[in-house]
Amino acid sequence: MATAPAEHGGAMAPLPFRVAGRDRETADTWTLSLEPVAAPAPLVAPGQFMMVYAFGIGEVPISVSGEPNRAGPVVLTVRAVGAVTRAICAAAPGTVLGLRGPFGSSWPVETAAGGDVVVVAGGIGLAPLRPVVLSVLARRGAFELVSVLYGARTPHDLLFTRELEEWRRAVDVALTVDAAESGWRGTVGVVPKLVAPARFRPAETTAFVCGPEIMMRFTIDALLAAGVSAERVMVSLERDMHCGVGLCGHCQLGPTLICRDGPVYSYAEVAPWLEVREL
Amino acid sequence: MQSLEQELAEIAFFDGIAPEAVSLLAGCARNVHFNDGDRLFSTGDAAQIFYVIRHGTVALETFVPARGPVLIDTIAAGEVLGWSWLFPPYRWHFDGRAVDGVRATAFDAACLREKADADAALGYDLMRRFAEIAIERLQATRLRLLDVYGYGAR
Repeated sequence: MATAPAEHGGAMAPLPFRVAGRDRETADTWTLSLEPVAAPAPLVAPGQFMMVYAFGIGEVPISVSGEPNRAGPVVLTVRAVGAVTRAICAAAPGTVLGLRGPFGSSWPVETAAGGDVVVVAGGIGLAPLRPVVLSVLARRGAFELVSVLYGARTPHDLLFTRELEEWRRAVDVALTVDAAESGWRGTVGVVPKLVAPARFRPAETTAFVCGPEIMMRFTIDALLAAGVSAERVMVSLERDMHCGVGLCGHCQLGPTLICRDGPVYSYAEVAPWLEVREL
Repeated sequence: MQSLEQELAEIAFFDGIAPEAVSLLAGCARNVHFNDGDRLFSTGDAAQIFYVIRHGTVALETFVPARGPVLIDTIAAGEVLGWSWLFPPYRWHFDGRAVDGVRATAFDAACLREKADADAALGYDLMRRFAEIAIERLQATRLRLLDVYGYGAR
């Protein structure tokens, strides 16, 4: 369920946050660090999202990519694909943006403790999953086999490349791209291709999946074929979220409102609705 | 040390194949090794072999004028490399290059074709296995054609 927003005038009123840091990840993707101007920084669970308002332009939902459940700046990784996200990515340090949230459900990292973890990300989908990886790394001993499987369009589109190399010291990391020039030493092909060779025990595994929905569909097929149960395949869904609190209905998927009940679900919960066209 | 037949029986591609078929396959197989950067085959070469990769990765490339070599696909451990040997004119369509050290089992194509022609059950079984691989790769290629990472609006 949705987390209660700060008491400042309701969930619909954005709070001012100042851009404290801005790092370029790829040609079109930036990571912003945002500090609250007045109120204390919110605690954000892994997988939750903020509604981010570029004043005078528009508002979009952005998943938090920073360390979870920790007081400090809100860290967002944003890909510039439209007018609003282009404005957010262009926000120089000192710029004030409006934030609402955090909203939505979170990745159940704790329920995966004691077993294996498979994180499968496609494109910008690694941003909402980064808090999962950071949570696992912070308590590495609490988990058994851990794999991060990540795909992007080209090697130049991979996010957090320096961190990926650091993660390799503690967990298995496999990368794939749709297209590459000669010289790329990773895999070429779609992300589901990485599932079969990954090291995990299906009956003991919790999978966390985020990326374009078509990529998730094929990844889920590969995980289920490997023997992971639908109840333990966790997915993060995206629809046209506007209010963030379950009022406007734009993000309805069958009987559920993604901003309020999601974005994180088990595949078992949402499987019937993902197969219905136009939902 | 394992015999070649024992090794073949452990390859996922041959899961469930009849024991007598494994013996026939072993008669056409040998283990090979390539160093990082070694060329396994080049576009237009006679396709006299197919490989089951045991360790390492093979990069499938094609040369694009004014651009250079472009990576088409990668074939990793446990996967099968090569179906050009199945049909005339038996020529490789791409370049194959070893990434890191590659260990593989190589199957002599003429030997296998001869045995498959003589034993219809073996031939049908092999063809089904290769068809499954071809379909998997076709589906994966279709997914790549969607350019799933390129779509966005807000």
